[in-house]
Amino acid sequence: MRYEAPKTTKEAVALLAKAKGLAHVLAGGTDLLVRLRSGQVEPDLVVDIKRIPAMGKISAVANGIRIGGAVPSAVLGEHAGVRKAWPGVVEAAKLIGSTQIQGRATVVGNLCNASPAADSVPAMVAAGATAIVVGPKGRREIPVEDVAVAPGKTSLRKGEIVESIHLPKRPPRSGDAYLRFIPRTEMDIAVVGAGVSLTLGPDGVCRQARVALGAVAARVLLVEEAAAALVGTKVDDKALDKLAAAASAACRPIDDKRGTKEFRIKVAGVLARRAAKTALQRARRGK
Amino acid sequence: MPLDNPKGQSFRLVGSRPDRPDGIDKVTGRAKFGADMSAPGMLVGKLLRSPHAHARIRRIDIKKALALPGVKAIVTRDDFKEIEGDLRDVSRNVMARDKALYDGHAVAAVAAIDTATARKALKLIKVDYEILPHVTDVEEAMKPGAPVLHSDLFTQGVEPTPKKPSNIAKRHEFGHGDVAKGFAQADVVVERKFKNEATHQGYIEPHACLASVGNDGQGELWVCTQGHYAVRNVCASLLGMDVSKLRVTASEIGGGFGGKTTVFIEPVALALSRKAGKPVKIVMSREEVFRASGPTSSATVWVKIGIKKDGRITAGDAVLKYQGGAFPGSPVDMGAMSAFACYDLENVRAVGWDVVVNRPKQAAYRAPGAPISAFGVESVIDELAQKIGMDPIEVRLKNAAHEGTESSYGPTYGVIGLRATIEAAKVHPHYKAPLGPNQGRGIASGFWFNFGGQTCVSLNINIDGTVALAVGTPDIGGSRASMCLMAAEELGIGYDQVRTIIADTSSLGYNDISEGSRVTFSTGMATIQAARDAVKKLCGRAAQMWGISPEAVLWENGHAKPAGANAGDFPPLSLADIAKVAANTGGPIAGHCEVNAEGAGVSFSTHLCDVEIDPETGFTRVIRYTVIQDAGKAIHPSYVEGQYQGGAVQGIGWALNEEYIYGADGKLQNAGFLDYRIPVASDLPMIDTVIVEVPNPGHPYGLRGVGETSIVPPLAAVANAVSAAAKVRMTEIPMSPPKILKAMGEAQRR
Amino acid sequence: MSKVRVSTTINGDPVEYLCAAEETLLDVLRDRLGLTGSKEGCGTGDCGACSVTLDGRLVCSCLVLGAEAEGREVRTVEGIAKGDQLHPLQRKFIEHAALQCGICTPGFLVASKALLERNPNPTEHEIRFWLAGNLCRCTGYDKIVRAVVSAAAEMRESR
Repeated sequence: MRYEAPKTTKEAVALLAKAKGLAHVLAGGTDLLVRLRSGQVEPDLVVDIKRIPAMGKISAVANGIRIGGAVPSAVLGEHAGVRKAWPGVVEAAKLIGSTQIQGRATVVGNLCNASPAADSVPAMVAAGATAIVVGPKGRREIPVEDVAVAPGKTSLRKGEIVESIHLPKRPPRSGDAYLRFIPRTEMDIAVVGAGVSLTLGPDGVCRQARVALGAVAARVLLVEEAAAALVGTKVDDKALDKLAAAASAACRPIDDKRGTKEFRIKVAGVLARRAAKTALQRARRGK
Repeated sequence: MPLDNPKGQSFRLVGSRPDRPDGIDKVTGRAKFGADMSAPGMLVGKLLRSPHAHARIRRIDIKKALALPGVKAIVTRDDFKEIEGDLRDVSRNVMARDKALYDGHAVAAVAAIDTATARKALKLIKVDYEILPHVTDVEEAMKPGAPVLHSDLFTQGVEPTPKKPSNIAKRHEFGHGDVAKGFAQADVVVERKFKNEATHQGYIEPHACLASVGNDGQGELWVCTQGHYAVRNVCASLLGMDVSKLRVTASEIGGGFGGKTTVFIEPVALALSRKAGKPVKIVMSREEVFRASGPTSSATVWVKIGIKKDGRITAGDAVLKYQGGAFPGSPVDMGAMSAFACYDLENVRAVGWDVVVNRPKQAAYRAPGAPISAFGVESVIDELAQKIGMDPIEVRLKNAAHEGTESSYGPTYGVIGLRATIEAAKVHPHYKAPLGPNQGRGIASGFWFNFGGQTCVSLNINIDGTVALAVGTPDIGGSRASMCLMAAEELGIGYDQVRTIIADTSSLGYNDISEGSRVTFSTGMATIQAARDAVKKLCGRAAQMWGISPEAVLWENGHAKPAGANAGDFPPLSLADIAKVAANTGGPIAGHCEVNAEGAGVSFSTHLCDVEIDPETGFTRVIRYTVIQDAGKAIHPSYVEGQYQGGAVQGIGWALNEEYIYGADGKLQNAGFLDYRIPVASDLPMIDTVIVEVPNPGHPYGLRGVGETSIVPPLAAVANAVSAAAKVRMTEIPMSPPKILKAMGEAQRR
Repeated sequence: MSKVRVSTTINGDPVEYLCAAEETLLDVLRDRLGLTGSKEGCGTGDCGACSVTLDGRLVCSCLVLGAEAEGREVRTVEGIAKGDQLHPLQRKFIEHAALQCGICTPGFLVASKALLERNPNPTEHEIRFWLAGNLCRCTGYDKIVRAVVSAAAEMRESR
């Protein structure tokens, strides 16, 4: 195995593009090193992106916030700007693993690992985040929900790397929240994850909403019916009941060692409801 | 050795909380555990393990692997003699012979210059398996037509002995009286079936050892173990060595709880080292620990208890089915013996079935067998109390075993502390604290036998009057501190003046394993005896120095003194004074004890548990927990409390989230700490403890073992609390959220 | 297999080593540098026994490649005491019997120290959640939490 630590995105792309054999990007390493250790993956080349200044930044841009691909969750969680605008995205990022994992794991790595149960992804999908993909043919921007195509597989082509995540500018009276179900209080992979983002009008009526569910299908689900249940309402109990039912109905879960189908379907509705309530409270508090 | 002062004891040091002697090493990283040792020229050893739950091993081809540069030795079943007798099963577990009996069963091992080479070599070993049907569930394994693991296993304990082999190794039965008669007398009878999944001791340190065998056949082994003498004896047998040729040193041990009372990788490391002519280090990965060390049994337990309206139990009956993995020897016998041990019953019976399945061979896990049967019995007691409208504490007080009770497993109890723990629970503020919505409280009691055993101790007086104490029981819970306290107490010197070490197998006589909650009891008793032996000798030397008779010398406050005015007017002599001139009075001064310690006192525990459930998700949290346990005499209370808390938390994990998950293919699905879910710090509240002291008449200080009893009540304490909060009786553990939600849903629909 | 040459700082001292690309920092610390205080409990980042700090950040050294330590500052349990002066956390762990077998103790000390450096007055809740990535099987965590609370109090007083 070869280890490279390029200093620019361009170098990283070049290394990945011309790599013969299996090449992997190394950000936080909290997924890659586990697979390496167990022999599940045997890369010929590992490209460490943590020495690339552009990847390590959180920057405010005209139409939102950019989070570089090598920014650990812990750093994201300490950033006042992101915490204020997107508390749901931050709380999702901060749920990944332990304090130690937080010190390394990145939301971009979480996204590109393409696990159906990734904690940060439902929140980013609900936020309407996009991924800035840099490759040998240039840059493109895609919705984050289009990055993962199947468990462990992304839509990225050879040589492409996600340089950053873009979170859109937040209209006033907006709020987001992420909740997950795990059997302990920490350290577990999400059995169900629910991310909700909504915006209220000055009359308190929901103008826009996005609802995303994790760990209940092969990819994170963007549940349009659940969002539709909120739009045009004041997010009262009736609307929330509809949202919960739509969330449960959208699930296509499996039985596995972490949860049964029936459990996931039921809890998806419960969590979507609770996340929507928190998002609502945050939206009402905001200006 | 009987209790010194039945009328009451007062101690100078025993019962205090000094710093443990190995503390500094452990907080600085200096302490050396199993994987922390290296040797020049050391090779890395790795094991090849069966990927199949049940398969005949037709052929093992190691040619390509052996030819890989950097590979220095490979061993398979061909390198281990066939052994019959007591060690037959252990030897076949260490290295498979004709069959691989579980996913993870060792089939070969490699020693190479580094890890990467060893891993490559494993991939080059070709094993020709004939896959056989498998069975991993205990009740499935008992059915006729189940795949049979051993063609020579015929059920013992049944008349007549079956002609066909099966997976049922043995039937046990304990009890007395007439349960049918007893049930006929009852006003209310409850019978329930309980189920638990297999769990692992969960020690944070994987098995590790460093073996070095010279070409003169002399071997050294560094290993994390609870019993280095047992390791020596077993390894010597498996390798065909004289016991004296193998010297085993116990490293510091990163947890055992019974799981490190046997051998797994050690004979393999020795065999590789012997073949390669170099030291070989083997460290298990976490995955290997789960797949191929010794978890405890999954089981089904049927319990039937009858009670009168006044609260007196008239009969108790239980049938336990435990699987012990691929070889006979599950702790179903101890489960059956201890099931009703807390109760004074006229009519009681417990039948236990020991079953084999295609899973790793079980090893002891803290009070082996007892938590499983207590889960059933204590849950049924709880239900009976509800049915007759009596406080569960009152039911227990009305039926608690006491001095003179004929126990459910045979012996008559002497002085015991069960009642005292229940009375203490009754008046504890926890019992009266109000509960909020979705919260429930559970109570349960538990028992453990505690053991004595073979023990040697050597206590040497140093030239400056300090003391070197060599014991042979690895320190798995802080026992060195207790030994220093007891030695210092007896000798009348300061705690800091005693240094306790764990001697290697060549330096001290045979010691049974650190298990059965025996160390503070047995090694403590031996230490006390050795100290008294030393004191006699010190008095003898003083007598010599004074020219008087030894009978005229007494020992007080760390000094030899004339016994009375008639003996002479000599100023007292300290240990230092006597030791300084020892060369002139007869040579080195030491006290010894070689004993088979008897008189271990049984101990009882009563636990209180409060849980809170989220009724929409089944998420459950323990919000308050209290352990009340009889220690006889707490030598070092902090470490006694530690045992109470540690055992309780293992029980909480077992009750709520821990389980071995096998797929239909017979392979273990959760061989890691991610999906084998032990409690983390944020899952728990503080664990309150109450040390009750009802002195054990069989020990000079009255102490009883404490390490194991604390894991016996929690399964039922938590289950009773969850049952109360969820308003439905939980009979299967772990009570993970999907199970709780499902049970609540079903109860609502009824 | 190509070896990587790394220059780093460990417990304040400059250190150089050669390691294979796939070796973890934990492998390097234990097997190449003789710093066996950090332990491997799981190799998958689930137990925290290998905890170190990397540029002041609490991490699992089993999830960091040896190569990634280049130019960074690593701190392990061996660097917590100053000569023969124990850190208050170390003293309190012993005093409160916050260790039984001691295998998880190095990880807990590194993790607790990182906590107290950020938050000198943590609540019990904050301590438990910060330490959720450190598994202990012996103590049930009670005495560990008490030791951290006690050390925090002493450290605040001596400011």
